Amino acid sequence: MRNRTLGTAALATLTLAVTACGGGSPAPSAAPTGSATAPTAAPADKGGGQLVIWADPNRVKALKPFADQFGAENGVTVEVKEISKDNQQTFLTASQQGSGPDVMVGAHDWIGNLVQNGAIDPVNLTEQQKAAFPEIALKAVTFDGQVYAAPYAVENIALIRNTELAPDAPATLEDMVAKGKELKEAGKVKEILCLPVAQKGDAFHVYPIFAAGGGSLFGTTPAGDPDPKKVLLGSAESVKAFGRLKELGEKGDGALKTSITNENYVATFAGGRCAFLVSGPWAMGDVKKGGISYDITPVPSFKDGKPATPFVGVQSFFVAAKGRNKTLAQEFVANYVTNKDVAKALYDADPRPPALTAALQEVQAADADAGKFMDAGKDGFPMPAIPEMQAVWEPFGIAEAAVVKGGDAAKAAEAAQKTIDGSLKN
Amino acid sequence: MTSDVPEAAKPRRAPRPRREITTAYVVTRIAVLAVTAAILVYAVPPLVAARAWIALAVLVAVTAAIVCLYLTRRLIPAKYLVPGTVLLIAFQLFPILYTVSTAFTNFGDGHRGDKQSAVTAIETGSVRQAPGSPEYTLTAALRGDELVFLLVDPETRRVQTGSGEGLAPLEGARLGVTGKVLAAPGLTVLTAPQAAARGAEIAALAVPTAGGLIKANGLSRAVEGRAALDYDPACDCVRGDGDTWTADEARGYFLNARGEHLAQGWQVGVGLDNFARVLTNPTISGYFAGVFGWNVVFALASVVTTFGLGMGVALALHHPRMRGTRFYRIALILPYAMPSFAMLLVWRDLFNRDFGLVNQSLGLTVDWMGEPVTARFAVILVNLWLGFPYMFLVTTGALQAIPRELTEAASIDGASPWHAFRRVTLPLLLVALTPLLISSFAFNFNNFNAIQLTSEGGPFPAENPQVGATDLLITYTFRLAFGTGGAQFGFAAAISVFIFAIVALISVVTFRRTRRQEEVYA
Repeated sequence: MRNRTLGTAALATLTLAVTACGGGSPAPSAAPTGSATAPTAAPADKGGGQLVIWADPNRVKALKPFADQFGAENGVTVEVKEISKDNQQTFLTASQQGSGPDVMVGAHDWIGNLVQNGAIDPVNLTEQQKAAFPEIALKAVTFDGQVYAAPYAVENIALIRNTELAPDAPATLEDMVAKGKELKEAGKVKEILCLPVAQKGDAFHVYPIFAAGGGSLFGTTPAGDPDPKKVLLGSAESVKAFGRLKELGEKGDGALKTSITNENYVATFAGGRCAFLVSGPWAMGDVKKGGISYDITPVPSFKDGKPATPFVGVQSFFVAAKGRNKTLAQEFVANYVTNKDVAKALYDADPRPPALTAALQEVQAADADAGKFMDAGKDGFPMPAIPEMQAVWEPFGIAEAAVVKGGDAAKAAEAAQKTIDGSLKN
Repeated sequence: MTSDVPEAAKPRRAPRPRREITTAYVVTRIAVLAVTAAILVYAVPPLVAARAWIALAVLVAVTAAIVCLYLTRRLIPAKYLVPGTVLLIAFQLFPILYTVSTAFTNFGDGHRGDKQSAVTAIETGSVRQAPGSPEYTLTAALRGDELVFLLVDPETRRVQTGSGEGLAPLEGARLGVTGKVLAAPGLTVLTAPQAAARGAEIAALAVPTAGGLIKANGLSRAVEGRAALDYDPACDCVRGDGDTWTADEARGYFLNARGEHLAQGWQVGVGLDNFARVLTNPTISGYFAGVFGWNVVFALASVVTTFGLGMGVALALHHPRMRGTRFYRIALILPYAMPSFAMLLVWRDLFNRDFGLVNQSLGLTVDWMGEPVTARFAVILVNLWLGFPYMFLVTTGALQAIPRELTEAASIDGASPWHAFRRVTLPLLLVALTPLLISSFAFNFNNFNAIQLTSEGGPFPAENPQVGATDLLITYTFRLAFGTGGAQFGFAAAISVFIFAIVALISVVTFRRTRRQEEVYA
């Protein structure tokens, strides 16, 4: 008896399931023919009315009100989802499986990898929209002659100094090291320079000094893009630059040290234990909390050096190629987030200088730091977006750490070059 | 269901040949069936929508099988075996098979999807705006049932309709301030929400022009563009920009005559290439012995030190005269209770030369993670701290099972405490614990976190950025597969297969030897 009851229940559920799926399947597109006068025809349409945006935790809150507003204007629901780890890989994997977002928020140097995986579509900006961005931001999101993202924030590192300890901005790296040493001998600071090196090196933070010493990563293609076929880390100029890093390192001036890491460098500066910090806008929260007086200037070069160009990173909105609702995604990215209010709200949530010139000007009026960072990155080098850059970061960093510890510059440069060429099969 | 209770509570009058039906039994059965039905109800609509008929058939068949299994009174062993087998297949067999099958492909960055999506990506990515063409303001409208574009040139404010046939001028349209069409004779202008609901149709509409195609760019703009690259199925190649790229099915790329490839590739089978690459890669073969040697040392040292310390502490607390054992036990398992992920990062910072607590409290200036010998010592020490509470716990448990009379008898017979431990306690402990020690070895052999979060494999010599002094096989191959050329899942899978073989071999040999040892003591 009981068995039969159970059986009937199960059968009933099965039948329910079958009818449920039967009801859900008919193609919905044929429904509202010509009924343009019916104002609420839209939201019932499944898949036609939802935009999914993925962003990192910092930005989700700032995006929410604008996403809702966009949703209200277009009669769709907009979901902003927080992705906190391995955003690029998560996006790629999810896209491939068809469970990805319509719009993705990320850094411009992902573009090469996203393009080779067919994960994003070009974004068509009008001439007028393009003119609203500084040249460097547009250059950064351009890959293979196509614009692949709408930029919203530009960030780069600069020299932040404690103006009580070092009132004058150093004109050269030599001046900075001399001042740092003097303060250290006087017992006023513990470290000459707070620039993270760590045991595995930090290519991003050391790059301005490497460039100042004459080093470079790639040659350039005729189109002006970095050329992955010409890796220049082992070139004579780069060896010389590694030599300069060695002179600044542990066996030399002691300005660059592997014990200074991403975990301690900002705290050490904010605590007044070193006078110079090389970092970006993301460090300013902690610096302000430290209550020291500071100023922001470009990273200086050597006395006889090349310009100390920092890497410039551009935070951007991408249109997912495998999104379900590409028309809405294009509308959101190309025509909606390129507006000033969105840029300012994102700045308020996480103070990275806005990419839109108009928004930057407004932000600058309230917060001088944003403009100073922007100035420091004016001649910066957009982080190469080519997928081959992934092969560079680690060997470059390890070579840096090796020379900072006093290793041979020529050997380290040659080994890095060999490793990179090996993985790029040059 | 209430009818079960009196039946179950009834005293058993006559021996029944079948299993007694209790409330718990019925409840469990209902729960299993409810979960099965729920999964079915949940999974069917998406499968139907995706037209995945095979998957649907499998789902229905599995559900039917489970229903049969738990609704009948026969097949009692299967009731218990089937869930275990299903879980085994889902969580052990399937991942292994998937890894092995991935090892035969070039799956990775640049080769994630199939050829069709690579072609689509190449064509979409090459669409350029036709030079000199206006940036139209777009309004979607309906002409009868047909979707059309109303295109306004923002400079001349001239309005045209665009449909699948092409462009046609439109007179008498009323424009708003933004340049959007508000009303047009004979057409129904769609509002933003209505247009948004027809997103897919709008994206699909292409208006042919002399110079290319006008396509929507969002809901409010349209652009005339032309794909610079075109796929031609006749020659299986991509043409455009004055060049031809031919599909290479062995590499999963479109290649031109100079051997350059288009960025977008697709996934292909590469046979044994990944395995050959592991065996012939000079960086792997050249350093394999060294890394393997250190890997064995690390795993062995981790097991021996954690077991030594854990057992020592357990023995001390096991002593009958020991007081406050509960307090000590809680204190000792604390490292085990804390998330190792965070603890490893904390330890890395403790070993910092200038800022770390280790040097500061000992008054040293040792660059712990910067020299090969000290870095190796440091990672083993960290692993000892993380691992000994586990050994302490299992030894404590095993000690309870050894009767005290045995050691007492040994001491009456005149054995010193050391001898009693060496000849009586330790062998009995090892019988119980050797399988755990072997699994601990296998775990530490692949202990990725313990290295990656502390030394990251370093320190690296200046002349070789690929192999660090504390690199385990797993961290070192992780760097090769993911650190240098994006994610190369196929290659990484091939490496996993090799590491699996090594660990399996070591485990099998040790288990064999253990069995012999058990025969001696048992």
